[in-house]
Amino acid sequence: MPTAMFSAIEVGIIYAIMALGVYISFRILDFPDLTVDGSFVTGAAVAASLIAIDVNPFLSTIIALIVGFIAGCFTGLLNTVGKINALLSGILMMIALYSINLRIMGRSNLPLMKSNTIFDNIKTIWEWTEIDVVLNKLWSMVGLGDPAPKTWSIIFFMLVIIILIKFTTDIFLKTEIGLALRATGDNKKMIKSFSANTNILIIFGIGLSNSLVALSGALYAQYSKFSDVGMGIGMIVIGLASVIIGEAIVGTKTISRITLAVIVGAIVYRIIVAIALRIDFFEASDMKLITASIVIIALIVPKIIGYFKNKKSKELRINDYINKAESKVEISQSEGSD
Amino acid sequence: MLQLEKVYKIFNEGSLDEKIALNNINLKLENGEFVTIIGSNGAGKSTLMNIVSGGINPDLGKVYINDSDVTIEYEYRRSKLIGRVFQDPNMGTSPSMSIEENLAMAYSRNKTRTFKIAVTKKRRSFFKETLKILHLNLENRLDTKVKFLSGGERQALSLLMATFTEPSMLLLDEHTAALDPARAKLITNLTKEIVNKFNLTTLMVTHNMQQAIDLGTRLIMMDNGKIILDINSEDKKKLTVDSLIDEFHRIKGSKINNDNVLLS
Repeated sequence: MPTAMFSAIEVGIIYAIMALGVYISFRILDFPDLTVDGSFVTGAAVAASLIAIDVNPFLSTIIALIVGFIAGCFTGLLNTVGKINALLSGILMMIALYSINLRIMGRSNLPLMKSNTIFDNIKTIWEWTEIDVVLNKLWSMVGLGDPAPKTWSIIFFMLVIIILIKFTTDIFLKTEIGLALRATGDNKKMIKSFSANTNILIIFGIGLSNSLVALSGALYAQYSKFSDVGMGIGMIVIGLASVIIGEAIVGTKTISRITLAVIVGAIVYRIIVAIALRIDFFEASDMKLITASIVIIALIVPKIIGYFKNKKSKELRINDYINKAESKVEISQSEGSD
Repeated sequence: MLQLEKVYKIFNEGSLDEKIALNNINLKLENGEFVTIIGSNGAGKSTLMNIVSGGINPDLGKVYINDSDVTIEYEYRRSKLIGRVFQDPNMGTSPSMSIEENLAMAYSRNKTRTFKIAVTKKRRSFFKETLKILHLNLENRLDTKVKFLSGGERQALSLLMATFTEPSMLLLDEHTAALDPARAKLITNLTKEIVNKFNLTTLMVTHNMQQAIDLGTRLIMMDNGKIILDINSEDKKKLTVDSLIDEFHRIKGSKINNDNVLLS
């Protein structure tokens, strides 16, 4: 079980990058962007195809990120210049990317078993430090049992990456362009009246969002050592689930709090799935159903709680009001009798 | 300086609902002039504002700001020169952002936005200083998100955001109409103060005749897409609500005997 949790956290952090992308489009720009299902695979496909022909995996990952950015920009263009509804622009781009992804890979599934990925590179450097030996000793000492994780390098590398991305995002959202981007999602008419070109901002913002998604896809392909044209199905829902779960757990008070929330949400989501899959009744193929159920529950439950809370506080307020009114009457009566 | 030259705008052209919103509008505002516009619903006041701001383009005619032709210039570009306050207090600010972030966003109006941090120490103290004009103690609540402010506070902030970069033009679109009388009075006074302070060329639409008379240096009355009355500073000082209604009836040939049409 602890080992399963360990890999759930590893994958969770990779998904967290994608979830941050979804957060930028959904929450900041208020743009329900379904491109994600396609651009996740695009990132995976670009990275896998390049790595398969022995291109440096770091370079391949960066190229995947750039291609994701371009894909997102096209969705933004469809919406702003083409004046196509946001949902539809995303769906159109997602469908178009399906064919493009097949073209990039040349086939529907590309294994990376023998290739040299980012994680292999990191592992080589990591093993030289012998931190694993120490950590594995600790692992068995605290009684988490065997087998200890094969390598700690992935989790440390991913932690560094996600912290880097989180702080860059936090800072970016506080720059002049970042403020204009947030205002575009908040109040388009207003930011237009402050001389911001909302079209460019939307195109850039959706591009940025999808570059993160593609980066996540590129890393996921290297982590799982394959790229598949169907691996992006339902990715948008996973991203959304992460955002919603995170916001509920960590809160949304400040920007840096929200980005943290999204990351925590993605990891928690993976842990929930890992636990759910350990229940005998569920099979691996039920994962999408579980994901959809999590999102539905996460969307509905807060509303129900809010409704009852509101009802209760209203009752209290009204009782308070009635009590006050009654006591006033009593006072005036007693004054009258004097 | 603002100049409108033979501006026409027709909506729903060719259909049964065809309506001439602006019918040969010629208007010239000198620098520092403060013009109030009144008129009944559908007179074309809002269309006029939108033509100036760039929200819609005229079918015919030209719009000049500071002697340059901006008739077909994009709204976002034109807004480098134009500050605007809307009727809805929620419209002029970004609710999920803090007061200082809103001000920083407005501060970038006439600059190119970059990847530099928007709220620097230097700017923060400038914003603090600027907010003091409002006398609402907002300078001590820089971190507060705007959605937690009251309607009046929000509208005051909108007004400040629209003006503190000293734009060439200020457009006020019934910006006190959605507030209670006390708040409306506060915003009216602030408007007077701020317009004077920055010496802004201002165009203000209002439904409140008293406000139109009290504020500004010139008063314009619109009806059916035309300017039917244009009263300059000297005559405007003698103006009362009654004399304004009389004048309106005289021009309209006393066709309308219900003042509410004008006042509504």
